This record gives sequence, structure tokens and C-alpha cells, in this order.
Amino acid sequence: MQIELQQIHKHFGKAHVLKGIDLKVDAGSIHGLVGENGAGKSTLMKILTGYLSRSGGRILLDGEEVECETPAAAAALGIGMLYQEPQDFPPLTVLDNFIVGRDTHPDNHRGRQQARLQNLADQVHFNLDGEAQLEQLTVGERQQLEFLRLLGRDARLLILDEPTTGISDRQKERLFAALHQIRDQGRTILLVSHKLEEVVALCDRVTILRHGEVSGEESAPFHIPRLLALMFDQSPATDAKPQRRAPGDALLWLRNLSASGERTGLHDCNCTIHQGEVVGLAGLSGSGQGLFLRLAAALVQPTAGEVEFHGRSLNRRDHRTMRRLGGCFLPANRLEEGLIAGFTLVDHFTLALRCSRREARAAAERAIDKFRIRGTPDSTADSLSGGNQQRLLLSLIPTGANMVLLENPTRGLDVESAGWVWRYLRKHYAGQGAIVFSSAELDEILAVADRVLVFFDGRVVRDLPMDRVDYQDVAAAMTGN
Amino acid sequence: MSDLSLTILLASVLATAAPLIIAALGETITEKVGVINLSLDGSLLLAAMVAFMVAYESGSFTLGFGAAALTGAVIALMIGVFGIYLGQLQVAVGFALTLMCKDLAYFLGNPYSRLQGPQLVAQPIPGLADLPFFGPLLFQQPLVVHLSLLLIPLVWWYFYRTGRGLELRAVGENPEAAYTRGIDPRRKQLFYTLVGGALVGIAGAAFSLGIKPGWGRPQGIEGLGWIALAIVIFGGWHPLKVALGALLFAFLQVVGITLQSLWPSVPAQVFQVAPFPLMILALLLVNLLQREGVQQWLRHRPGLALLVRQLQGRPPRALGQSFRPD
Repeated sequence: MQIELQQIHKHFGKAHVLKGIDLKVDAGSIHGLVGENGAGKSTLMKILTGYLSRSGGRILLDGEEVECETPAAAAALGIGMLYQEPQDFPPLTVLDNFIVGRDTHPDNHRGRQQARLQNLADQVHFNLDGEAQLEQLTVGERQQLEFLRLLGRDARLLILDEPTTGISDRQKERLFAALHQIRDQGRTILLVSHKLEEVVALCDRVTILRHGEVSGEESAPFHIPRLLALMFDQSPATDAKPQRRAPGDALLWLRNLSASGERTGLHDCNCTIHQGEVVGLAGLSGSGQGLFLRLAAALVQPTAGEVEFHGRSLNRRDHRTMRRLGGCFLPANRLEEGLIAGFTLVDHFTLALRCSRREARAAAERAIDKFRIRGTPDSTADSLSGGNQQRLLLSLIPTGANMVLLENPTRGLDVESAGWVWRYLRKHYAGQGAIVFSSAELDEILAVADRVLVFFDGRVVRDLPMDRVDYQDVAAAMTGN
Repeated sequence: MSDLSLTILLASVLATAAPLIIAALGETITEKVGVINLSLDGSLLLAAMVAFMVAYESGSFTLGFGAAALTGAVIALMIGVFGIYLGQLQVAVGFALTLMCKDLAYFLGNPYSRLQGPQLVAQPIPGLADLPFFGPLLFQQPLVVHLSLLLIPLVWWYFYRTGRGLELRAVGENPEAAYTRGIDPRRKQLFYTLVGGALVGIAGAAFSLGIKPGWGRPQGIEGLGWIALAIVIFGGWHPLKVALGALLFAFLQVVGITLQSLWPSVPAQVFQVAPFPLMILALLLVNLLQREGVQQWLRHRPGLALLVRQLQGRPPRALGQSFRPD
């Protein structure tokens, strides 16, 4: 099946996330779609499968215009998608999961369905037990099942969204072999990924998205630096690079640290943070940075290894211990984790300072003034804009904090505010303590940090002082090269 | 206790349990697809009143039961429109409906209060009614008892042996995933909420036309809607266990009445009220068994662990959450 997308647009509220995408995929080929997080890859694919509606544009299958308004309509056209998060039913059995769908037959014969599943599995050399409970399977096996289900539904276009996240190397090999096999049967495959090595190994053609636009299209054989250049903005001159000081005493140790969570988990991380350091955590989102910060904040317990802060082990301790010793964590989900949505500024300061409401009101007024929060002491947290929520969070950091952990601290802030935030943080917290932050923007990390840790697939793959950082190298490391 | 009175005791347990089984299974269907219909205590009462009113005026049981089923379905439709399609909190909508239906039932039913009306009588089935033990137990009962007993395997079969039932459970677990597979979760939810509501209505009719005949204020079934909701949790959203829970509650009620005659010195209210706290205790026990400590203790007792696992149930994951496509 040949697919052609013409001038696809998508608005989410005010955000214009897809700005006229043109994409053509040849029948019987494996076509790659690459780009940074937020480039619009997943959104584009969800439009193609009818999960999201499009704001404008046309979809042509084999030269004929079609409407893909619902997943049911897309499935009827032969479009199937393997979602990044498995779209299945964990409490049901493997066979049940295989059966459920648009054309679930009223009297589905379990024996026959079991035979079909087995037959498909044999074709691509997967090994699945139909009677097992799905929740006992690994992510990789759940994905294999979904893959077989789509094959069984005669999907002629198969979309795979980051299919290798969280699966083992062996499962990856099997998947790739299966993909080649079904491509040779004449099916079309669209592979969405930010792992360039996989794209290079598998695809016949690649389209690169950047900020909701097509920034280039390449054919095999691919030249990785060229793909990287098309994926990421060019590195700006980093003249604002801070002067590097000699680090002080070690404050925080992470030793052989492993933990589960966040799709990739975190594996065998070793790192020491010193007084006076500003450490940036780079990596595509969900590569383990968030888990790193939460482990350091004692919000998550490691499965192996140890976190030590000011010489005290944080294992089996909670976040209160961390705070008592001068730690502070600002999460990216401001309203869900950082603030209390329906509480006013005064309420927040009352809680944070454990003081009378009159004192809290005074503190809130000072914070509004100092942090330029657009709101009143009686505004609720959810009535503030994202940027102002971040300012409120910053104003709640205790003055004596010596280890400030921030997750995407400038997300949703304009350039000027972000600059102000960084000047403030550096001035107040980088001297006697350390700052560790993650950011989706590599440019920001390179501009602000003294030291960079690069995360890929749950591992720290680079740990570099800023004077030895090379932009291309970090960008490559983020994508597993 | 002699053989005869044991038969009578069990027969009255089945009769008492019948409406409760129907209502609880109706709610099980609704919740299995991911919707909470919290209005049971009100809708049972309203349906009971409507059934009595219609049967009284028309003299037809069929019309009475039909009107009651319709009443239950209309209330469920409100849950569907406000809860499923308009995304309001299902629990809040259900609670408001509970109060509204209750008052509506007393208000509209006032003219029919304390009237001598139609009542389903036991219908001995020729040939079978004379069987020893099973005759009086099963075959000298009103039809609703048979209906309730037939409904149990029927719901189980539908849930676990049909494709439609599989889709029903799938929607209750993960409507998003069902949607990506081409199922319209909200249509499924609305449909099964209506079915569940209609069954609750029939249960109401089974009270006013059979088990607690007539209409009055109080009707004597107040609070049973909440019990039906609790039984669904007790039964772990599994139709067989839910039915078992309903039978257990009915058993406690019947035993209470029996004991009352044996111990006249104990205030009658004690026996009327006792099943309710006992039900709560049973719920608490089932929940306690899921505790980590208890589970560890059970690890060394495989026989008991198996029993506990049979007792446990997990709510459908999407229970009470309204699905919204983009």
C-alpha cells in the first residue's frame, strides 16, 4: 500500500504542532520517521490511524483520498499501529487480547483463534502462550502479541512507534527479522524512532521532522551526521558559558545505582555531585533523567546500589530526610506533583513555611514581587500560567537549600524568563550547594551547565565537564551512537 | 432442625435473594463495562413503585415488570448521558439520582400506599413440585426466583464465553485500547449501562410484586440498593461470586427472622439490622486478605491461599472514569 500525506496540519489549542507535513511512503518499503521529542512524529502517526483528528490536509492511500476519522475506519482501510505504550488489556489472557477488536466475532471459537495465533507466531518465530495472563508478560512479549494481532488483521500498513523501547536485544533482533520478512511479503512499514542506528539498519528511506515540519528526506545508505544535523537545531555560539570553578566537596554520591520505572529504568549509575556544580542531565525524554532526579531526592527507592547525601545513606529514607539535609526537588509536572491545584499562594506558603497565615500572606506578596509572578496572594495554583507556576515553585525553595534538583525547570518559559531563572538559581544556590537539572533542550544545558551527564536508554553514557563537551558528540550519544 | 424446616429456610433464602441477585448482577454488568451506577437505592424504590402502580391499574404483571425495567433503563440513561457522554462524575450523578428517585417514588406512589394489589404467587411446576426437598426448594417458587437463578449462569456465560462479553470486559479495563482497536467504548458503555439499569428495575418489581408485596412508606427495601452495590464489590465483579454474596446476605436476613422467634427477649431491630454490619465485616475481611502481611502469611498455607485467591477480585481498571476521544 502506498501512502501519501499532503499538507497535514494539527493544532492543540493555540499550539501549532504539525505545520503542513508532506510525506510519501512507497508500497513494500520500510520508511523511517525520525526527529527530536516533540517534533510531531507520534501526533502525525496518530492522525494516520484515526486516533487524533487533523486540523487540515489530505490522506491518500494508493492514490485515492480517504478519511481516517476513527481507528475503526483506519483499521478497515488496512492501517494498523503498534503504539509506544502497549494498547492492550493486562488482566485478560494472551488469547483474549489477540481476539478483542473491531471484528470480534460473537461466537469466536477459542480453539480456532488459538490455532491462528500459533500459526502467526510460528511464521515470524515468536513464542507466546495463549493461556498466560498478559500482565505476566514482558513489554517485549506484549508488543510481539500486538504485532501478531495486526498481522492477523491483514494490516497492509504497519506503523511502529518507538518499538524498541524497553525490550530486550533478543526481542529486538526477532522483531527486526519479522519486519524484513513482512516487508518482503509486500506490506508497508512506517518506523517511528529516535534511535538512529536502528533506523539506519532497517529503513529504505527516512523522513526527518523538526518542530512540526519536514526538515529533510534521505535514502539509504544514510549518513548519520547529516541526519543529526537535520534533527537538531544547529548549535548556537555558547558565549554565555559560565566560568568554570573548581568543584568543592562532594555532596551527593550515587553508587552502582539501579531502579525500575519510567519505561527504561536506570541501570548501574555511578556519579558524584560536588558543591558549586551545575550539572545538566541531557537525553531524550524518558531516558532515565527523571528517575535519576527522583532517586537523588529519595522519592524513589533503588532496586540496587546506594544514594548518599552529606555522608548519610538515603536508602530506606524518604524525601523528608532529604529535605532536612538541604535537598529540594522541583518536578516537571508542576500541577500534579509540585503544587496543589486548588490551593492559593497563601496556602502554599503556609504549608511550606509552617507559619501563620498573616506571615504567609506577607511571604506570598514578597514572592510575587521578587519572582514577578502574575497573580495575587489569593490566586489558586491552577489559575496561574505554566511559567508563573514555575516561578511559584522556585519561590518555595527553602533559602538554605544546598542541593536543588530540577526537572525541566524552564519548560514553558520564554527566553527572557528562563535567563532570569538561571541567573537567580546560580546566584542563590550554586555557591554553597549544587544544582542538578534535566532539560529537553540540549542548547539550554550547554549554555547553563558546568558538567553534562548524557542519558540513553536508562544509562549514563557520557559524563563530561563542559570544557570537553562537543555538541555533535552529545547529540549522537543521546540517540545511542 | 427437622428436614422440613431446613427446606423452608433454604426456600425462603432463595426467594429473599432473588431481587437482590437480579439487582447485583445488573450492577455487575454496568460496572464490568467501566460505569458506576450509584443510583441503585433510589432506582430500586422507584421501579418498585412504578411496577406496583402499573400492575395495579392494568392488572398485568407483564406490564408491571416491563414498566419497572423501563424505569431502571431511563435512570441508567441519565447516568449514560451525564456520566459517559458529558463527562460528569458518575458517582455524583448517581448519588443525585438516588436521592431524586427516592423522593419521586414516595411522592408519586402516595395514592397507592397500603392498597391491596396484585402479587406474584408461587407457581408449582407440575411433576417437579412434588419432588422431595428440591420440589419445595425450587419448583414451588414465584417465577422471579427462577429468573434470578437462570440469570447467574447466563451472565457468567456472556462475560466469559462470548465475543461480545470479551469486548465488554475489554472496554471496562482499558477504553483507550479498545478505541484503538476500532470499538466505540462509549456506545458499549451506554448499552450495558441500560441493560444493567433495566435489570435493577426488574429487581424493584420483584420486590413490590413478589417478595415485599405492595407499596408503602417505608417500603421495607430502603438500604438494599446500597447492599447490592456492596455485594458487587464483595463478589469481586464476578457474577458467580456476586450471586453468592446476595445469597449470603439473604441467608443472614432469614436466619435473623428465625432467631427472632427463638429469642423473643432480644429487640427485633437487632435482627433486622444485623445483616448490614455483618456485610460490612465480610467486605472488610475480603479487603484485609489482600494486605501484604496476610499474603506473606498465606504463602506457607497453600490450601488457604487458593481459597483466598478465589475470594479476591479486582475492579475493572477504568471503573468510573469517563472515556474521551480527542
